[in-house]
Amino acid sequence: MSILVNKNTKVICQGFTGQQGTFHSEQSMAYGTKMVGGVTPGKGGTTHLGLPVFNTVGEAVKKTGASASVIYVPPAFAADAILEAIDAKVELVVCITEGIPVLDMLKVKKAIRNSKTKLVGPNCPGVITPEECKIGIMPGFIHRKGRIGIVSRSGTLTYEAANQITKIGMGQSTCVGIGGDPLGGMNFVDVISMFMEDDETDAIVMIGEIGGRAEIDAAEFVKSTGNKKPVIGFIAGKTAPHGKRMGHAGAIVSGGDDTAAAKMEIMASNGIVVAESPALLGKTVAAVLGSN
Amino acid sequence: MNIHEYQAKAILSHYGLNVPRGFLANTIEETVAATEKLGGNAWVLKAQVHAGGRGKAGGIKLVRDKAQIAQVAGEMIGMILKTKQTGEEGKLVRKLYIEETKNIKRELYLSLVLDRANAVVSIIASAEGGMDIEEVAESKPDKIITTSVDPTIGLFDFHIRNLAYGIGLERDLMQKFASVVRGLYNMFIEKNANQIEINPLIVTAENDLYILDAKCDFDDNALFKHKDIAAMEDETESSPLEVEAGKAGLNYVKMTGNIACMVNGAGLAMATMDLINLHGGTPANFLDVGGTADAERVRKAMHIIASDPDVKGVFINIMGGIVRCDLIAQGVIDASKELTRQLPVVLRMDGTNAEKADAMLKESGVKFFATNDLEEAVKQVIKFSL
Repeated sequence: MSILVNKNTKVICQGFTGQQGTFHSEQSMAYGTKMVGGVTPGKGGTTHLGLPVFNTVGEAVKKTGASASVIYVPPAFAADAILEAIDAKVELVVCITEGIPVLDMLKVKKAIRNSKTKLVGPNCPGVITPEECKIGIMPGFIHRKGRIGIVSRSGTLTYEAANQITKIGMGQSTCVGIGGDPLGGMNFVDVISMFMEDDETDAIVMIGEIGGRAEIDAAEFVKSTGNKKPVIGFIAGKTAPHGKRMGHAGAIVSGGDDTAAAKMEIMASNGIVVAESPALLGKTVAAVLGSN
Repeated sequence: MNIHEYQAKAILSHYGLNVPRGFLANTIEETVAATEKLGGNAWVLKAQVHAGGRGKAGGIKLVRDKAQIAQVAGEMIGMILKTKQTGEEGKLVRKLYIEETKNIKRELYLSLVLDRANAVVSIIASAEGGMDIEEVAESKPDKIITTSVDPTIGLFDFHIRNLAYGIGLERDLMQKFASVVRGLYNMFIEKNANQIEINPLIVTAENDLYILDAKCDFDDNALFKHKDIAAMEDETESSPLEVEAGKAGLNYVKMTGNIACMVNGAGLAMATMDLINLHGGTPANFLDVGGTADAERVRKAMHIIASDPDVKGVFINIMGGIVRCDLIAQGVIDASKELTRQLPVVLRMDGTNAEKADAMLKESGVKFFATNDLEEAVKQVIKFSL
């Protein structure tokens, strides 16, 4: 089954005719993703990359039957784009844009809660179900179809994990980059609970960071399922200095339980196998599945 | 983005909030002139640095004798202020804010902060103002009153009542307190603040409310909307390397070790530092070249990390996706031809065009240690840095 997306998912792109939207839509189409059109206000009625362009998301959904949208619009307009997709009842919205003002995201968060839309991101690499559907900016070739689900706050660290898993001869069911912003859409618990229910996922890799308590909530959730499936975890930022923002807006240690060490300890105590080194993610997965 | 107290007070004043009269001074002469303009017989000289705990560290001085103004100003301008927030290196005091004094009857605490987990703006008040609020939270948690405002609904009178009755405010101050909370909330929302902390908010002998000190932090991502606030950035408050890196589109944080890192992606950059640490090395910096790194940005990044005199080895870790390894290699080759200081470089590149990058490096004649094995790469760079 995989989660969120598969070979039948029809995808539109918001910010379709822009540089980013064009480049990544081409990549996704080449990967085999069922792209069905795009949205750029003012360019409705034209064709881009052989696909129809619409002025509004509502029109695009009506004409193409798309259930997913990927957003590549600049930060100043990104909240508007997400809200438009929610308004058009798009089931899955993946927002790649980095640098959206927090107050804008507060409003988006509120709108999401009152809708049936699932939001992945912002500030994320996207979602991929290998060999079926790639929505986002991740390199397709490091992925391989398989039975490990990956959920992560970091882009390149997700690639690192996927690459290691592929290199040991295994593969991924779905990889979800939930993004590095403090206020985002789906969190670890949302994604892990879907993996727990997914018949094609045998084990889950969760990659977290310093800051916030999302990983702690996830660890407690995993335990509450009776550790239904093995979960392998890693937290980046053990060496990060207190109070300094490490690249991601959400990655800042503010005291208490949000250090890497504290999170890893809580994860371990809830039955998650914590990889000590980011270089050992693949090997840890192999060891855990080997011993099961 | 943080701003100085004098800048915060200018904005607060614009929102109709009471702040003591004051003037900025860069020199002793300007300090004396400021006290003359203010008149009166007592003045407060306040060091303008981005750090809390100034009072205890000697960064705030009350002067009652006009003849002493020049001497005190002379001692303060140019001093290295070490507060518990600046660390051992301290901060150089470049300017003072000179204020009139107020007759303080009582000190309150009031702050607004974005609670990201709950997607609300939290307003926090306490009757125990003028003290370190973390200490109050620790020793008398019942003295801290919090109310949460959903910004999509807005601030209502009940929020203000929660705070005012919570801290036991006198009836005759209620209206004035309500205006302060409303003004701060409007400023918070309109200016995209992350935090506004007023400590203390004082009740004067005349029963007025005045903001005596204010700390403001604004959302970097929203500065494009607020040119006035963006213009308040004081680059001297950041390390010169961090400022230079920011201009080049790089995320750079200086650390204390001797292995310089260059990585694409914030998460992988942190994990790389962790890995160095795990194998017994110490990272000299955090550096994320970003998802759209090209040869030019990598060249600049090389110059920045190499200018740190503590650095003994460079570790470049690239998991190529959108970022092409050949462009990274080009930047490294270009920089190594320009740099006068030859540092051992370990490259770990995997993903898009990694093989092409490898061939380019070999052809360039520049000496590198290249591998696509992460563990091996880390062990190698640690060997170089010993």
